[in-house]
Amino acid sequence: MKIIVAIKQVPVRDSSLHINAGGRWIDEDDLSYEINEPDAYALEEALQLKEKHGGEVVALLAGPERASQTIREALAKGADRAIHIECEDLASLDTLGVASRLAAAIKDEKADLILTGLQSDDLGLGQTGVVLAELLGIPHATIIMQVEVEGGMGSGSGEGSASGLSMRVKRELEDGWFQHVEMPLPALLTIQSGISKLRYATLMGIKKAKTKEVRRVSGSDLPVAAAPTVTLERVYLPEKKKETQLLEGSPNEAAAKLVEKLKFEVRVI
Amino acid sequence: MSGVLVLLEHRGGAYNRMSWEALAAGQEMAKAAGQPLTAAIAGHELEPLGSELAGKKLDKGYRVEHALLKDYTADGYVLAIEQLIKKLEPSFVVLPHTYQVRDFAPRLATRFGQVLLADLVGLRKDGDSFVFIRQLFQGKLNADYRHNGPVAGSAPCFLSVQAGAFRADSLEAGSASVEIFSPQLDAGAIRNKPQPPFREAAQTVDLGSASIIVSVGRGIKEQDNLPMVEELAQALGGELAASRPICDNGWLPMERQVGSSGQTVSPKLYLAIGISGAIQHLVGMKGSKTVVAINKDENAPIFEVADYGIVGDLFEVVPALTEAVKKARGA
Repeated sequence: MKIIVAIKQVPVRDSSLHINAGGRWIDEDDLSYEINEPDAYALEEALQLKEKHGGEVVALLAGPERASQTIREALAKGADRAIHIECEDLASLDTLGVASRLAAAIKDEKADLILTGLQSDDLGLGQTGVVLAELLGIPHATIIMQVEVEGGMGSGSGEGSASGLSMRVKRELEDGWFQHVEMPLPALLTIQSGISKLRYATLMGIKKAKTKEVRRVSGSDLPVAAAPTVTLERVYLPEKKKETQLLEGSPNEAAAKLVEKLKFEVRVI
Repeated sequence: MSGVLVLLEHRGGAYNRMSWEALAAGQEMAKAAGQPLTAAIAGHELEPLGSELAGKKLDKGYRVEHALLKDYTADGYVLAIEQLIKKLEPSFVVLPHTYQVRDFAPRLATRFGQVLLADLVGLRKDGDSFVFIRQLFQGKLNADYRHNGPVAGSAPCFLSVQAGAFRADSLEAGSASVEIFSPQLDAGAIRNKPQPPFREAAQTVDLGSASIIVSVGRGIKEQDNLPMVEELAQALGGELAASRPICDNGWLPMERQVGSSGQTVSPKLYLAIGISGAIQHLVGMKGSKTVVAINKDENAPIFEVADYGIVGDLFEVVPALTEAVKKARGA
């Protein structure tokens, strides 16, 4: 079974963000980057499916040169090879533009399954996977907590291995509800964080990663849909909805002040 | 091409409350743009829901009816609603930002060469067009987006509105006719076979009725540090809760999760410890009467909704607070 995992590189979660001079994005200097957390879970699920059913896992990433680091991490964790769509202009594309490039880069791969995280930590639009499924003409399911593939597995060549395969997935619905969905392969799933425990790369994995194939594709060589349909005009700090009373001082002083508030204003003590 | 079309969601014969919030957004947009407002529901045997819709202020309602829409599937919804949009040619399609909408709306928008402007927290009229506001980086920043206009023919702007961004109680009543729209659907085109929804286990913790909730987030770093927060919850006589990553890691059961995928709470006191305040979490706790936030990042979005805040290291503040609470209680 051939599984492609679409991953994204995003700023480290607790980064201190500053708006850039143009006011249209953040200042990217001095930021550290990491794999988008839901995508890390998608990669983990792909590796576990490969361990169960055989085949190969291909990491797919669109982004600038610095994203090579995230690709190496995916390879060190166990992805067999990677496709890096090199582009510096991601910010000027909308989701459809990004998904069009991803689709163009993998259309000849004939994957059985495509996985990605349910949303990114930076833009949080949560739709690249679904749009990619539409562009590839394959079914999809979102916010997945469990994947069971049924039927005999192919060798991983992709050629013809999709025939006769199906899977049963568990979708998360709202308010603690879930649902099983049966669907044919090839298909695309967006994976919910927490589907399983993330693995660390082993020293052996890190060494092996250096010898694995990374196919580099220039973003500008890939067809993109028409001009973006939406434009990000301005980025700014949210306005405070409430006037927060900040309680200052040492931890003991701040705690004492808070207890006073809880006792005499909130009246819960 | 004109008008605002709102797609409403329902389950088990009742509207999702967020549908009314989306309709309120639609009413606001239609009024501001001077365009007609249409609303639609999709499914099977929707008469009672159609009657309820007829009581709202809108120009026209549609029941998109087909036996193959009885159970939700992305394929079924995309095919059916695509046909409705082609008939109505609206300028805007507005949806509630539910899990179901997240599942099918991006696919639907792609059919029209469009993207979904997802989880809007606000909008405003600006000249002849609208500015749409959504959050970036887990709520740390806001962003203004503008739609670049239809690319070719009848291509509307697709929007989904976040829970709580528009008020369902501001919805205007009226009287509208609701027509049946019968899409052409073929069973072979629906590839996913959904099973009935289920719950994992009976919920044993009812956070919804707790009057004090002490909630812990990513800032706690390790499971071994949880007892420190648990002790504070005990001292206050409150329930322990958590944001999503804590439950994802299996450190606390999912039933203690507050947020859009967990429980919605409205305690007298909500104490958020090491929680940054991503929108998915805020949605679950915004009904709290008083919110206290303890976080080392003074720019964390949780401080936007907090009444009281302590900017500091939770590993120092929480034990100090537990002691102070115990002392106050003992006195």
